[in-house]
Amino acid sequence: MKPDVILRIEGVSRIFPGVSGRQPVRALEQTDLTIGRNEFITILGPSGCGKSTLLRIVAGLDMPSTGRVVLDKKAITGPGPDRGMVFQSYTLFPWLNVAENIAFGLRERGIAKDQSNSIVSEYINKVGLRGFENHLPKQLSGGMQQRTAIARALANNPEILLLDEPFGALDNQTRGLMQELLLGIWESERKTVIFVTHDIEEAIFMATRVIVMTARPGKIKADIQIDLPYPRHYTVKTAPEFSALKARLTEEIRAEAVLAAQA
Amino acid sequence: MAFFRPLEPVSPQARILLGISFFVLFFALWALATLGGYVSKTFLADPLTMVQDGWQLLTKFGFAHDIAMTVWRVLGGFIVAGLIGVPIGILMGAYKPVEAFLEPFVSFARYLPASAFVPLLILWAGIGETQKLLVIFIGSFFQIILIISVSVANTRRDLVEAAYTLGSSNTGVVLRVLIPANAPDIAETLRLVLGWSWTYVIVAELIGSSSGIGHMIIESQALLATGQIIFGIIVIGIIGLISDLGFKLINRHYFSWRLA
Repeated sequence: MKPDVILRIEGVSRIFPGVSGRQPVRALEQTDLTIGRNEFITILGPSGCGKSTLLRIVAGLDMPSTGRVVLDKKAITGPGPDRGMVFQSYTLFPWLNVAENIAFGLRERGIAKDQSNSIVSEYINKVGLRGFENHLPKQLSGGMQQRTAIARALANNPEILLLDEPFGALDNQTRGLMQELLLGIWESERKTVIFVTHDIEEAIFMATRVIVMTARPGKIKADIQIDLPYPRHYTVKTAPEFSALKARLTEEIRAEAVLAAQA
Repeated sequence: MAFFRPLEPVSPQARILLGISFFVLFFALWALATLGGYVSKTFLADPLTMVQDGWQLLTKFGFAHDIAMTVWRVLGGFIVAGLIGVPIGILMGAYKPVEAFLEPFVSFARYLPASAFVPLLILWAGIGETQKLLVIFIGSFFQIILIISVSVANTRRDLVEAAYTLGSSNTGVVLRVLIPANAPDIAETLRLVLGWSWTYVIVAELIGSSSGIGHMIIESQALLATGQIIFGIIVIGIIGLISDLGFKLINRHYFSWRLA
């Protein structure tokens, strides 16, 4: 069965104009990608391959030089609450506590206070931050900050959740737990997710489909369906099918990393 | 030894003790120079005379009224400058066309010395309170605008982007990201500029004034009463210290999220 399409990336490219007489930078070659509802897409590539640029274009934070992105038949012209975003840097509002941060989008959209409170409470439970509602971001660990950021994005009930290397700055153990947490939320809520990472294991573990990108200028090199069954347990990382996928993706990525290192 | 290690913190007790001891040292040197007879009494009063003169000023010459006048002038001019300057600074930091429109003039106006306006302002506004308030206003208004616009313009971009992805409108970003994110810097700017305002008020009072600390100082000069002059200067220092402390306490209370 073919899932219905939620997001269509059509001929999107991005060229950054050269600053002070330098050559313009081609960050992203013309890219086409179609994403079905409820898919969990990971975009995998070496640093500087334009994967974050692509995500930012989908988020509406950057404009493509050519092409367009269509979400639910509507062309994207700017950022909006229908696409929740979790950034690599910690972007909680430092003057708001955890609950207020999660409620931020609801408040911006004028959701009534008691409805907002119950949504916030629900997501605080989902990301396991009960008891930390009144903590300020500076009092939280990196993992807890990113959990709050995920809750903040999901509280808006977006059509699609975009994550830009959200666990990149976390230690390995915390990162593993965060992957399980996010996967658990996806399995129960079935949101469409696009997750950008340079970590192969992370890319395979959560995804229904891994998109591999080439070194700059970035374009799609491989589109690989991950047929490991859900719910996935962390032990799947040691399964032979997982290892085979990992070996294959390592080869794909390695060639690109070598190219990127030479550039 | 820990004392000589760079950036090593000191204990709170040691900090207070060291801070006080410099005041003691300062007064001791002053006392030595004047009471010891190294400096003529005509030019520099000794600390004891200064305290006596100060007491006389307060009890016999109604100096408290002068202090109150000076404080009211500073606060009046400063509050008006803040009420108009802070919103303009925020708009200038947030909206680039506003910045392009105002920044060159404000940068220029900032270097116009407030004290040089005193003669002109006397012509325009006489020697009444309006003139005093205007001097403070001119001295602080442009500084407030410029410093605040710079800090607003340097707001973390990722916070602004996060707000947009959460559904904020342009106005929402200004009101609920740019302003709260920069509130501590705005308060800190106001604290700094208030400190400068104390110097402008004295200049304004030195010329064509019949009350205020500056007026007392210029009268005392005619009488060679250096003790009174120094007392006046010290009073300004103390008021400045108190307002500074007040601001710091308020900042610490409201902006604890900023502190590490």
